Amino acid sequence: MIQKTPTVKTLTPPPHTEPVVFTRDMLDWLPWIEPMAEQDMTERHLASLVDASRVKSPYFRLLARDPDVLEARTRTDKDIFYNPEAGLPRAERELAAAATSRLNGCIYCASVHARFAATYSKRVDDVQRLLDEGVGAKLDARWEAIVAASVALTALPITFGPQHIERLRTVGLDDAAIADLIGAASFFNWANRLMLSLGEPATQG
Amino acid sequence: MSDVIDTLVGIAPGSKLAAIRAQRSEARKHAQASYTSLFEPREVGGVAAYERHAIAAFVAGLHGEPKTDAFYAAKLPSGLRAAVAAEVAAAKTKGPYGHFPKGPLSTEDAPGPTWKVSEAGRKALDARLAAAFEHTHMLVFHPRDAASPALQALLDAGWSTTDIVTISQLVSFLSYQIRVVSGLSTLASTL
Repeated sequence: MIQKTPTVKTLTPPPHTEPVVFTRDMLDWLPWIEPMAEQDMTERHLASLVDASRVKSPYFRLLARDPDVLEARTRTDKDIFYNPEAGLPRAERELAAAATSRLNGCIYCASVHARFAATYSKRVDDVQRLLDEGVGAKLDARWEAIVAASVALTALPITFGPQHIERLRTVGLDDAAIADLIGAASFFNWANRLMLSLGEPATQG
Repeated sequence: MSDVIDTLVGIAPGSKLAAIRAQRSEARKHAQASYTSLFEPREVGGVAAYERHAIAAFVAGLHGEPKTDAFYAAKLPSGLRAAVAAEVAAAKTKGPYGHFPKGPLSTEDAPGPTWKVSEAGRKALDARLAAAFEHTHMLVFHPRDAASPALQALLDAGWSTTDIVTISQLVSFLSYQIRVVSGLSTLASTL
C-alpha cells in the first residue's frame, strides 16, 4: 500500500472571545494557517512587510509567504489611504473602507477603519451608527452618498452607475475625490477577503 | 509602461482620468505590480501559471464585468476556457451573502448556497483546481461564511499553506481590480 503523505492541518486558535457585534474597539486576529516564523524570514520576506514593526503581526507574517504580492498590496493600500494630495479627505476614505467592511461582514477590518473614520472626522456617533445599524444608517447627505457608492461597488453584480457619480458630485466630490472613493471601496474588497478567510477576530484583554 | 487597469478602462495618455490616476502614482504602480507578481511571478511556486489564469478567469466570469472577463478568458486554452465558462454559468449568483457570528447580528444573516463544481467540471479541471474554484466562489460571494474547514479542504486537495496565500491574494486582488475597472469606466463615461 502506498503511504499517503500526511496532510497539513489548520491551526486551532487559543481560547478567546469572538466579537459578535461591529465595534470600534481594538481587536486581535488569529490565523487558521501557519504564519512564517520570524527566524525563517529572509531579507526579501522582511522587506515585503514595508513597515518593520509588522513582523509582530501574524497576519502580515502569513501574507509574507508570497512576499512580492504582499509588498505590492501594502504599497497600493498606503497610497490609496495616506496620500494627502487632493482628492477625498482621509476621514471619508476611511468611511468608504468601514462601509465596505460592514457590508461584507469583516468585523476586524470595520473596527480598524471605523476608528480611523471617527478620529479623522470627529463624528463618533455617525460612525458608530454605521456599525450598529449597517449601511442603511442615517448619516448626512454627503456621507450617505459615500456609503451608497461603496455599497454599489461592493455588491455583486456591481450596481455602481452614473447615478452614483451624479449624487457624489451633488454633495461636493470632484473627480479626484470620486476616484479616491472608488479606490478605497475597491481596496477593501481585497482586504476584507483576506482578513475574513485566513483567520478570525478576537476581543482583547 | 503598460498598465492593465488603463488598458481595460481605456484610459488614454493625456486624458483627464490619466491625470487623476497620476495623482495616486504609487497606487497605480503597485496595483500593476500586484498583477505582475500574481500572473508573471519571479518564481511560479506551487500554483502553476495555467491554474492562476483559470482561477482568474473564473473570478472575472463571476463578476461579469465584460472587459476584465474577456481579458482573463483570453489567457486560457479553448478547452479550459469552455470548462470555466460552464462553471461560471452554473455558479453565478448575487452577493455578498452569508452568516454573522451568532448573536445580535444574526438577524442580518443572509444564508445562501455553498457551491460545488459540477461532475464534468471536476474532470476538466482536476480535483485540485476544483477545490480552488469552490473556495473562490465563497471568497467572491460570501466571504463572511469563511471558516477554517474551508482551508482544510484546500490543504487536503494538495495545496500548501503558501499556495493558499497566493490563491487568496489572487482572488482578493481581482475583487479589487475588477471594481476599479468598473468604477473608473463609469466615471470616464461621465467626463
